[in-house]
Amino acid sequence: MSETAAFEPRVVGFLCTWCSYAGADKAGAAQLPSPDNFLPIRVMCSGRVEPEFIIRAYTEGADGVLVLACHPGDCHYKEGNSRALQRNRLLRKLLDSFGIEPERCRLDYVSAGEPEKFTRVVSETVEAVRRLGPLRLSREGGLNDGSNDA
Amino acid sequence: MECDGKPGKPKLAVYWGGSCGGCEIALVNLGERLLALDERLDFFFCPCLLDRKNKDVEELDDGAIALTLFNGAARTTENLEMARLLRRKSRLFVAYGACASSGGIPALANLDTPGSLSRTVFLESPTVENPSRHVPGSSSPYCTPALSLPKLTGSILPLSAIANVDYLIPGCPPEPETVWSAIAILTGADLPPKGSVVGAGTVPVCDECSRIRGEKRLRRFVRFHEAVPRDGECLLDQGIVCMGGATRSGCGALCPGANVPCSGCYGPPEGVADQGAAMVGALGSVLDPGELAALPEGEMAARTDALFEGIPDGAGTFYRYSLAGSLLRRRRP
Repeated sequence: MSETAAFEPRVVGFLCTWCSYAGADKAGAAQLPSPDNFLPIRVMCSGRVEPEFIIRAYTEGADGVLVLACHPGDCHYKEGNSRALQRNRLLRKLLDSFGIEPERCRLDYVSAGEPEKFTRVVSETVEAVRRLGPLRLSREGGLNDGSNDA
Repeated sequence: MECDGKPGKPKLAVYWGGSCGGCEIALVNLGERLLALDERLDFFFCPCLLDRKNKDVEELDDGAIALTLFNGAARTTENLEMARLLRRKSRLFVAYGACASSGGIPALANLDTPGSLSRTVFLESPTVENPSRHVPGSSSPYCTPALSLPKLTGSILPLSAIANVDYLIPGCPPEPETVWSAIAILTGADLPPKGSVVGAGTVPVCDECSRIRGEKRLRRFVRFHEAVPRDGECLLDQGIVCMGGATRSGCGALCPGANVPCSGCYGPPEGVADQGAAMVGALGSVLDPGELAALPEGEMAARTDALFEGIPDGAGTFYRYSLAGSLLRRRRP
């Protein structure tokens, strides 16, 4: 079996408690199939998800991160999901400089009444990350013999 | 400070790795206080100022140096070797300045592949003229016996990842007040917990900035050369990317005081692990959400991207001095 075939991605999810977590709950109650590569974390608001949480997820072994927010206009705290979107767009740009593909850092909207959308978005994200392969970060230094560079 | 029962003053070493010399200048910037320092400590080893050789350090007993201030990044194998030697010979081994603490400017090369560093510097940079396409290497075929030079490290690590660091002094370079207060702490009786940042504050630079902050509802970011900052008003409120909110205090907010945005040289404040992530969090909260409210869901991302076009190099801006100390540390191999 090739390495890619054996690769099971780990995707960490941050789910807003008011909309997306309720949507995920509903998907569970309806027994909709959803990939077990997804590790959901319940947060009070998508705006509570600091970019540092997402980067820490990567350094601790996640291959992708999915933030699920209320639909625009529906935020329990008025603007939390707009902040989450703005941070997500800037973070994706930043991660690109580190060679981390934007698909590994997705934000989407799932309401409490959208269990099908929840399973669809999670499956899409897991499959996108599977195609990208393992994240494989390295914090090591190593040596670089300058004479072999050019 | 103890001197292990030996006669004379406790020994001070100030060493540089991959460095610009600014940290030595910062020490000299102490002015007349340098004389007071000389009364208390023996300037034993400092290649920038004194002619003493590595072997003089090698011949010392372990722990014979009271305090070593190591500045600069570990860019070569020689830097690694000297860091480990000075660690062994010193009772207190301190990362002095941004490069030693968290990588500094040299660590920005971590955003590229290791091999491209020499190519960029010696071949590809627009100002380089190198017709023979010579790239310095670690050995020379033209000498007998062969001459060998230190190798480059593959990426910059913080000094603490190379040797056990007792304390850190931030800054590029550290301000004289920071240096003076750090030395007072390090030569005093009550040492803070190991691993502490000494000589600087704990809160963000904004807390010591005199500019007035308003409610942030930005509609665009401007690059520094595109704007004339208004006096007395928060630079970020004016759309100028100022790192003050994600940067440790202790400098007295000198740059914003001189109409220049903070570039983040004191590293992240206490309790923040990643300066860039903190800056993304902050900048993701200063845009006017009203910009997005009227748009259909599918167009919001594109509109946000357009607003962030005013920040062309996020990684280089947010991690200018702290990349090696950040969570990701370097580009994926």
